[in-house]
Amino acid sequence: MNFEDKIDAESGVGKFADELGELDEAVSNFRLSVRAWSDAELSRPRAVALPVRRRIWRLAAGWALGCVLVAGSLSGGVYEHLHRQQLARIAADRAAEQQRLAAQERARLEEEDLLAKVDSDVSREVPSAMEPLAQLMAEDESK
Amino acid sequence: MAAGTAMETMTMATASEIAAEEFSAVVTKHRPQIFRFLLSSTRDPDLSETLTQECFLKAHRNWGSFRGDSSAMTWLMRIAINLQKDHWRNRRLQFWRQTQTHAVNLDEASDWLPSGERSVEQQLLAKERVRQVGEAVEGLSERQRTVFLLRYVEEMELSEIARTTGLNEGTVKAHLSRALARVRAELGGRR
Repeated sequence: MNFEDKIDAESGVGKFADELGELDEAVSNFRLSVRAWSDAELSRPRAVALPVRRRIWRLAAGWALGCVLVAGSLSGGVYEHLHRQQLARIAADRAAEQQRLAAQERARLEEEDLLAKVDSDVSREVPSAMEPLAQLMAEDESK
Repeated sequence: MAAGTAMETMTMATASEIAAEEFSAVVTKHRPQIFRFLLSSTRDPDLSETLTQECFLKAHRNWGSFRGDSSAMTWLMRIAINLQKDHWRNRRLQFWRQTQTHAVNLDEASDWLPSGERSVEQQLLAKERVRQVGEAVEGLSERQRTVFLLRYVEEMELSEIARTTGLNEGTVKAHLSRALARVRAELGGRR
């Protein structure tokens, strides 16, 4: 079985004889090239490469990079957590402050109401002899 | 009793010597082919040499369990293919490691084509074609490349490729067909 028949049988395409001839030649040359290269490389004396120290450095650098990444992600997480806690604390403080102010305002208003009530109660206790004068003062104020 | 033990010890020693001799013969016979397959697949002579040595080291460790169901070549080639796969997988996982490879570029690889009795022009054309085939092979998937190289560089039979790769023959044919189509397209597209 020649190459074209093999390709025909294996790929199911055998229409283009010229193209196949070219493919046949190209693949054969590729094979020859690889074989010549392989033979040459096999017969070439080869020095032992990669000094151990470089490997150790690479390993150390790999570990260092890994540690930095882990530390970075951990510290990032911790920072984010603390930051959130701080924001929550600030928000809680603000809310407490607002509540305190609202309570103060409420107390102030209540106090004012109370004082007004007291005033009105006290004002009613004007002696009857002074009543016409009090009415006159009220009229003057309203004018 | 003592004589029996001595005899057993001697027999064991002889058996291990025979096994070592056998293995040595296997290495001598198949090393060039294993190296060539790995070289054509990786284009890196140093890596190919390392993987070839690992392949024979692994084979040596397991030589006792090799039952001879397949030929030694098939068995060794399967080990080589697995080692190559492991190598690339580890390379991908160890992304922080130096990614430099010593892969020879395709122009340099095609320079090894024997000149034969061709004219200079024919030689140049043939080298260009070899380079194109190399490019197409490089662009194939790992499995297609393996099947293509086993078939057209190592000239293994389809059944042998199937045994080596652990695929069935139909799958091998399909991979080969796609690989050839890719090579044909590469050659046709650059014309």
